[in-house]
Order: sequence, then C-alpha cells, then structure tokens
Amino acid sequence: MAVTGAILVLFLVGHMAGNLKSFFGAETFNAYAEFLRTMGEPILPRRVLLTVVEVVLVAAVVLHMWSAISLARRAGKARPVKYAAKRKSQAGGYATHIMRWGGVTIVLFVVWHLLDLTFGVVNPAGWDGTPYERLAQGFDPSRWWVTLFYVVAVVMVGLHLRHGLWSAFQTLGLASSRSYRPLKAAAAVVSAVLVLGFLAVPVAVMIGVIK
Amino acid sequence: MGMNLTLKVWRQKGPEDKGRMVTYRVEDVSPDMSFLEMLDVLNERLILEGDDPVAFDHDCREGICGMCGMVINGVAHGEQVATTTCQLHMRHFEDNAVITIEPWRAAPFPVVKDLVVDRSAFDRIIQAGGFVSVPAGSAPDAHSVPVKKVDADAAFDAATCIGCGACVAACPNGSASLFTAAKITHLSLLPQGQPERDSRAVAMVEQMDAEGFGGCTNTGECTAVCPKGIPLDTIARMNRDYLRAAK
Ligand code: HEM
Ligand code: SF4
Ligand code: FES
Repeated sequence: MAVTGAILVLFLVGHMAGNLKSFFGAETFNAYAEFLRTMGEPILPRRVLLTVVEVVLVAAVVLHMWSAISLARRAGKARPVKYAAKRKSQAGGYATHIMRWGGVTIVLFVVWHLLDLTFGVVNPAGWDGTPYERLAQGFDPSRWWVTLFYVVAVVMVGLHLRHGLWSAFQTLGLASSRSYRPLKAAAAVVSAVLVLGFLAVPVAVMIGVIK
Repeated sequence: MGMNLTLKVWRQKGPEDKGRMVTYRVEDVSPDMSFLEMLDVLNERLILEGDDPVAFDHDCREGICGMCGMVINGVAHGEQVATTTCQLHMRHFEDNAVITIEPWRAAPFPVVKDLVVDRSAFDRIIQAGGFVSVPAGSAPDAHSVPVKKVDADAAFDAATCIGCGACVAACPNGSASLFTAAKITHLSLLPQGQPERDSRAVAMVEQMDAEGFGGCTNTGECTAVCPKGIPLDTIARMNRDYLRAAK
C-alpha cells in the first residue's frame, strides 16, 4: 500500500506541474508533451523511457488495488457479525473512512481520463488533435459534466492523500509520536496543493483563460 | 429519584446459538452506580423472575484486569474516554436513555455466552513472542543497566495495556495491531528485550495474522477507545521492528 501509493503520489506531483504548463500557451504545452515522448533521447529511442514510466505506474496501480482488496477481504472475514448499533467513529477523520470508496472513484475516473485526454476516444479533438486541443476542447463549457466529474475525482484524490500520506509513513515505521503533527500538517498541505493545482487548469478552460 | 433505562442487550445461549437483541427495562438506577452494577440490578431481577441472567465478564471492577469489555451504544467500553466499562458511571447517561449493549465483534473472539467472548487469541499472540528468555533475575540495582528516561516512560506506557480487546472491537478492520504493538513496544524498548527483538516482532505479527485478525489501515479508532490510551506510535514501532527483521 505505502510503497505503491508513494509511487503514485510522485507521479501526481509531476503530472500536476506538467498540467500547469498549459497556462503558458499551446506551444509550451505541446512542446512539454513532446518532451515526455523524447525523454532519454538520444541514449534511448523515442518513447522508451515514457513506456517504462507507464509500465511502472500501471504495476503500482494494480498492486495498490490488490493490497486494498485483500485488506478489505481480511476485514470482512475478521468481523462476520456486524454491530447492531451504528458504530460511532471516535477517532475523527472523515478521510480515513472513505479510502476504499475514494479509491473506486479514482479508478473509474482514471479510465475515463485516459480515454478522454490520452487516447482521445471520447474527446471532441480526438486522437488526431494536439494535446493542447484535446485539453481545451475536452473541458469546453459545453462539456460541463466532464469538468464536474473531474472536480469530484480530484477532490477524492485530495481526501485520499489527506489520510494516505501520513498513513504511509506510519505503515513504513517512519512515524513517531513527535512526528504526527508535522506529518499530518504536511499531508494536508500537499493534498491541498495537488487539488488546487489540478483544478486550476479545467477551471481556467471553463472561464476562458485557456482556449 | 433513580434513573429509568431501556437496555437492548445481545443474548446468545452459547457458541452455536444465533443470538438476538432483547429489550429490558431497568428502573430506579442510581447515577452513582457503575455500568456493571446497573447490569447487576438487571440480573438480580432476572434471577428473581426465573430468567437467565445476562452473562458478562468482570473481575477487578477497578479498571485493571481488562475483562469487562462490551460495546455500549456502538462504542467499545462506552463513550467516556480512557475508561473501562467497570469504571463507567451511570451519571454519564440521560434518564430514560436507550442503551445498546453488544459483545466485541471479531471472528478471533468467538462469543461464549451473551456478552462474554473468548480472548484466547491474545494469549496465543503473547505465547508466540511476548516474553524474554534471558534470566532477568530480581530487580537489578538502579543504574546498573542504564535505560533512557524517555524509553523507560514509553515502555511503561505500553506495558499498561490490559489486553481488554477494545482496540479490536473498535477497529473497522478487526485488527489487533494496537494490542500486539503495545506488547512488542514494551519489550523492544528495554535492554532485556533486545536479544529476541527481531524474532519476537516476526513471530507475534505472524500469530496475529494467523488468528484471523484484519490488517491495520491506520484509522486510529483503537487508540481513541483504548482505556489505557496506548498511543498509535506503538504500531509504527511494531512495523519498524517487523520490517527491520524481515530485511
Ligand atoms: C486505484 C485506485 C485506488 C484504490 C482502490 C485505493 C485504495 C486505497 C486503500 C484502501 C488504502 C488503504 C488505507 C490505508 O492503508 O491507509 C490506500 C492507501 C493509500 N493510497 Fe490509495 N487507492 C487508490 C489510488 C491511489 C492513488 C492514485 C494514490 C496516489 C496519488 C494513492 C495513494 C495512497 C497512499 C499514499 C496510501 C497510504 C498507504 C499506507 O497507508 O500504507 N492511492 N489506498
Ligand atoms: S491496546 Fe488498549 S484497547 Fe487494546 S487490549 Fe491493550 S488496553 Fe485494551
Ligand atoms: S472488571 Fe477489571 S477492568 Fe473492568
């Protein structure tokens, strides 16, 4: 959970920073997209390094889901008879209790997101469009429901990481009584920065700052 | 003058019985009674009426033996923090309250009768490694084996775990991590615990898993209900010892 989660967090940070390049115009953004494909050249042929990254990411997602599913199954087996009274959370921390639902939302979103902006299958600019065109047309105000789904998913990612980030340190035995406060504060800040960074682009397209 | 209460209590004749919630009225309860004394009042009446009294575990009734576990209104040992059921007083409830009382719910803690569960799974976790094999002898002279004050305090705090099982009952995953981590922390912070530190962590964690407890997802529900306030960093320490040993 913790190791695969950490890989995904690193990806998200890079992905968010890359998205923000769209504020610098079509050329910068398309050049950045091209750079991702030519990374490692001339030592490596075109797209090799990118493919390696993609394989690692897919493996991380699959292993992360596998861990989540086995934890959920063990939890189900450990409590075959449920409580009659509604169990009140004593620890507080809403984010903690929606990790699994948040995960499911994120997976569904990632599938849609790849079909939309990577493969262009469900995107108005399609496969032949430039990355920038797919971005600008994908979040066009007429497709407000796409943007809405995006917003919900990104907020879910934020809540997932609100718990997940410090939880990963705890799982790896790197947390201690002195580090909980700074760890939880850092988790909140990083989650908030990621959410804002990811939301900035579609909102900018919606209100016409990016077109 | 006393309080009148409606109790919804889990009744189960034995391990094989399916069990059900049964509603009772208890009248004229003094706010100064403990929760267990309130159940005693109910049981005296049930016995007089020729009914089977509600079985519940208890021993010390002073918060140190860990026997009196029950889930009260959905919270292990009730909502009063850092308090065992025997130390919970009726003044914390409203007059005419409806109170739900259930046993710990976990597959490794099978119900014996009514509210009594079998916590032998904890004993087997201790047997797997919760001991030191060096001859520790009688208490050594102070300072003959230096122990840092912070370590001594943390080890002592961890050692206050009374093995009640509230952590398991409260955990959404049915995990026994807080209990196991308390026992591991208590020994791994002290010099006597060092020789077996690695093998202990591995053996106890493996036994915990073999008993059928769930996995920890760091929800923190355990610490919140623990009558002894065992902190969550014991679990980080257990994970650290386990990962170190697995290397
Ligand atoms: C594929 C869909 C996903 C599912 C089903 C899922 C589910 C879960 C679950 C059930 C947990 C366990 C709760 C815990 O251990 O604290 C968890 C933890 C975590 N997740 Fe996810 N998640 C998904 C996607 C992601 C993504 C995209 C990221 C990164 C941005 C991520 C980062 C983390 C981190 C860092 C943890 C904490 C690991 C730990 O506590 O050991 N997850 N996830
Ligand atoms: S850690 Fe706390 S809740 Fe768990 S068994 Fe020990 S005293 Fe009870
Ligand atoms: S009866 Fe001993 S702790 Fe409650």
